[in-house]
Amino acid sequence: MDNSAKASKKHAQNIPDDLFTPVNKNGDNEAEFMRPSVGFWQDAWFRLMKNKVAVLGLILIVIMIIMAIIGPWLTPYDYREGVLSNQNQPPSTTHWFGTDELGRDMFTRVWYGARVSLFIGFAAAFIEFFIGVSYGGLSGYKGGRVDNIMMRFVDVLYGLPYLLVVILLMVVMDPGVFTIIVALSLTGWIGMARIVRGQVLQLKSNEYVLASKVLGGSTSRIVRKHLLPNSMGPIIVSMTLTVPGAIFAEAFLSFLGLGVQAPIASWGTMANDALGVLNTGYWWRLVFPAVMISLTMFAFNVFGDGLRDALDPKMRR
Amino acid sequence: MGVFILKRFVAMIITLLIIITLTFFLMHAAPGDPFDFDAEGGISAQARENLMIHYGLDQPTHIQYFNYIKNLATLDFGPSMVSRSRTVDSMIANGFPASLVLGFTTLIFSVISGIILGVIAALRHNRMVDYVTMIIAVLGISIPNFILAMIFIKYIGLQFDFFPVARWGTWRHVILPALALSSGPIAIIARLTRSNMLEVLNQDYIRTAKAKGISPTRIVMKHALRNALLPVVTIMGALTASVLTGSFVIERIFAVPGVGRYFVESISNRDYPMIMATTVVYSAILVFMMFIVDLVYGIIDPRIKLHKKEG
Repeated sequence: MDNSAKASKKHAQNIPDDLFTPVNKNGDNEAEFMRPSVGFWQDAWFRLMKNKVAVLGLILIVIMIIMAIIGPWLTPYDYREGVLSNQNQPPSTTHWFGTDELGRDMFTRVWYGARVSLFIGFAAAFIEFFIGVSYGGLSGYKGGRVDNIMMRFVDVLYGLPYLLVVILLMVVMDPGVFTIIVALSLTGWIGMARIVRGQVLQLKSNEYVLASKVLGGSTSRIVRKHLLPNSMGPIIVSMTLTVPGAIFAEAFLSFLGLGVQAPIASWGTMANDALGVLNTGYWWRLVFPAVMISLTMFAFNVFGDGLRDALDPKMRR
Repeated sequence: MGVFILKRFVAMIITLLIIITLTFFLMHAAPGDPFDFDAEGGISAQARENLMIHYGLDQPTHIQYFNYIKNLATLDFGPSMVSRSRTVDSMIANGFPASLVLGFTTLIFSVISGIILGVIAALRHNRMVDYVTMIIAVLGISIPNFILAMIFIKYIGLQFDFFPVARWGTWRHVILPALALSSGPIAIIARLTRSNMLEVLNQDYIRTAKAKGISPTRIVMKHALRNALLPVVTIMGALTASVLTGSFVIERIFAVPGVGRYFVESISNRDYPMIMATTVVYSAILVFMMFIVDLVYGIIDPRIKLHKKEG
């Protein structure tokens, strides 16, 4: 140490003084050599942005949401009322997506349907989030006998055919948007509960949870500060993939006549209306609702897949 | 193995009983009864009461329930309360063959083509075939089957006489409905097979097999595919469920004389025995399918029994 210091001093004497510059006192230039520290969410965001298909999905979702909000106001027409003399008009400058058999403007109806579909999708995802996280979190955290009983219950429910429950509920309650949301969340939380339980079961044996317990952290603090944030990745992915499932279920039920009822417009009911005029030339009656359902399902599915890849690098395939 | 089968079998029966019980009481809790609309049509209160007595609807719900279970044990679903002259048994028996043919064709077709697509995509990873398969998979998941069915009718069925767009009878009637119904399952199976194949092909034992000089076909068939198909077997239960429910709409669109239409009709008609029968039949098929999946899984993956306790 001493020797090398002397040697370097000797060297330094041969070097002209003007080559020396004072070290930046803030230590800024050291940071240049280090990779900037990136948080988990930031890192996931970068990974997501690299996935072009997922970005496309995200853009489509944003467009859908914006159009669902402003779309019905872009036209002077009402989604419920039409002019009978204008029935089955092809797309034109006055009716951008054409009209249906009651002369109602399809553009207005399609975007009104987007409101219904997206609302059902998001509502189902959020309710599922609350029930699934509480149930799965409790089951996983308590463990042992409580976990066993709670999971047996879930297993039985899991065996129930999902759409059967939904359709049966339609018997008890009047068909409509509210019933669909209740029916979807009644069966939908099961998958979420399983995911959260698995995560919590795995995370609760980590050292930092033990440390928090030793330091006197309450159960609710451990769950809120440690277990939930760490299982957020799979939860968000599951929520994102719930939305297209719910939108499909709504369209499916409405198509069967068990979903939202006239005069409320929904993509499913519009597609169902188009079934009757399939062998006529009124292609716009089918094409617009069909494209909207498919685009939305596509957008949420690829975005959800992208999120999964971004949030869980280990799971990437 | 015997104990395992027995356990799963008992679990299957219990699940089925729970479904039956739930459906029964939910259905009776629903407002309205099968003779509601007759009252508007003008049958007297006396006639209505007689009908209720005739069908045993005047008794307390729990007694009706036990009677129903007793009859069900002998596979007697009772009379239909809407089509008065026919029993539910005969209606189900009439519609069942068509539904069964459609369902089986769909399942077999989706499993075969899904696996083939998935394997080819994995073997030609990041090449043209792979991309095309993935596009098909994304489309299959994104486009709802009833939309696809209508597109098929409009652009294939109505253009070419070869594919009839409605009714039932010959094998040609099956093609379009089965194709529409299998779009989702094909997509799911192809994706799953592809990702599993990609994972398995990177395993050490595949490299060892290659090093030993085993032919590529044999490696794929004997070493890779067998392991890659395990997850596909697990999702067969869920796929059957989606094919069953999907068949409600597909049967409606293609006017297939199957069981599916009774399901929706019976709900709006409050035809109690019919609602019960369709529910029981559909959930029995589903629960049985899950039972089979469990068994098959136990057979092709001997490790499953070791891990069973933890699940």
